[in-house]
Amino acid sequence: MSAGNNWIALTTIWIKECTRFLRIWIQTLVPPAITMSLYFIIFGNLIGERIGQMGGFSYMEFIVPGLIMMSVITNAYSNVASSFFSAKFQRNLEEMLVAPVPTSVIILGYVGGGVARAMLIGCIVTVVSMFFVDVQIHNFFVIVLTLLLTATLFATAGLVNGIFAKTFDDISLIPTFVLTPLTYLGGVFYSLTLLPDFWQVVSKANPIVYMVNGFRYGFLGVSDVDITAAMSLLVLFNVALFLVAYTLLKRGIGIRT
Amino acid sequence: MQALTITGLTKTYRGGVKALKGVELAVKEGDFFALLGPNGAGKSTTIGIISSLVNQTSGEVSVFGYDLDTQKELAKACIGLVPQEFNFNQFETVLQIVLNQAGYYGVPRKIAHERAEKYLAQLDLWDKRNARARELSGGMKRRLMIARALMHEPKMLILDEPTAGVDIEIRRSMWHFLQEINDQGITIILTTHYLEEAEMLCRNIAIIDKGRIVENTSMKALLSKLNIETFVLDLEGDNQHVNLDGFTHRLLDSSTLEVDVEKSDGLNAVFNQLSEQGIQVLSMRNKANRLEELFVSLVEAGRKESA
Repeated sequence: MSAGNNWIALTTIWIKECTRFLRIWIQTLVPPAITMSLYFIIFGNLIGERIGQMGGFSYMEFIVPGLIMMSVITNAYSNVASSFFSAKFQRNLEEMLVAPVPTSVIILGYVGGGVARAMLIGCIVTVVSMFFVDVQIHNFFVIVLTLLLTATLFATAGLVNGIFAKTFDDISLIPTFVLTPLTYLGGVFYSLTLLPDFWQVVSKANPIVYMVNGFRYGFLGVSDVDITAAMSLLVLFNVALFLVAYTLLKRGIGIRT
Repeated sequence: MQALTITGLTKTYRGGVKALKGVELAVKEGDFFALLGPNGAGKSTTIGIISSLVNQTSGEVSVFGYDLDTQKELAKACIGLVPQEFNFNQFETVLQIVLNQAGYYGVPRKIAHERAEKYLAQLDLWDKRNARARELSGGMKRRLMIARALMHEPKMLILDEPTAGVDIEIRRSMWHFLQEINDQGITIILTTHYLEEAEMLCRNIAIIDKGRIVENTSMKALLSKLNIETFVLDLEGDNQHVNLDGFTHRLLDSSTLEVDVEKSDGLNAVFNQLSEQGIQVLSMRNKANRLEELFVSLVEAGRKESA
């Protein structure tokens, strides 16, 4: 297909994906707002006051970027994983497979949908956080870049999960057993400097540490890791995961017999 | 030009099941072609490979001269698929489903809207354009899949049992619609279990069984192979005994007679003999569809050969 045709196909998939999560907004947009409000009230207000300062900021200020990032990660991932698997399960993915849509366009369409939901939720959670803390912005460019790279990375990871998944259980396994532990251990609620040296080194093998810290740097100007290294790693992870998704879809793994 | 050429197509599924064992097939441009076969014969696998939903093990497929392996996108653009099972998003509206399909083929939105109105109206679905797919009846869902497959105006339409579970009135209106679009030049390949449907619509036919094409000819040539037809005659009154010299016949009950008639003999002799015995024929019908009899005999012959 020509570039113009590919653009039409891409926007069609993207709009379809956005329509899907907006149609079921009570399931997709409201829960993160409620969950994050609870985090702000319990961890930020009630417990946070007893913790005192962290990294030179109040505990509430410290955890806000991490909590926004946490909702971005889980929503980008789950949006694409469940949408792609549902399309596979209901077989309406075949609508795309019989059409001359390039594999890269299918990936970009689905990932674009996941990123759109993640960004929208990022905005919602940020607005919610404003009720609890004065949100300050140190570097807007870093905030947007980290948000986009993280959302893209986890949306692509969700797609890979959706490709492999054979049952609905398969799309909840990774979030439960991999994503949640990595997020909680990724420095959302604490600074890595609180950990013993050994665990600080171990923590740096967790990619979510770079995302949370990059994001926190954008808001507060403090980070446990080097920002350039964090951004570079995110770009690298994105490219690698895109290639994995591309290879799987091109070979028809999980979608063609 | 050939709309479809299949050469040496094989498919072995994981687990070793050989669904196709070297299928050879050619369909001419503008043809209305029937691909028939019993359940599990390899029809859906063949269609799956043509429409890129199933990977072949070996063999070649070309669509309007475009090789499916090396010119996949060009080949795909020529095909419209109406699958056997409903495979649209049940939560989307009729209009969304057809517009999205047009979008996947790169059809601009304005043109897609015009086509949606045209095809949904032709298939009596325009009034339902804002209804969710799950709210439609079975017949409407089948027609929706036809409208969806036409949104990019393909040169070839493949229909995998398009009228399964559809009432006779809607089935006939679908036949009429398919004949119309075939008259406009769209090549149609049809699989069906309703042999009457194939006989009525298709000019050429292939019969597939156990992964092999056992017959590939014109419908006319195929039907001319049929030498004996069985007729069921409804007779007046209470008949205990009927004599028909030269005809195999069975009196099923006192008023129903079954007669096997060779084409060369004709029916006059049957009526004459019945008339001589004072038996009046009230009505008459074919016992089975003619194609059905042929289909069964061809499949059975093929199985005996391969046994």
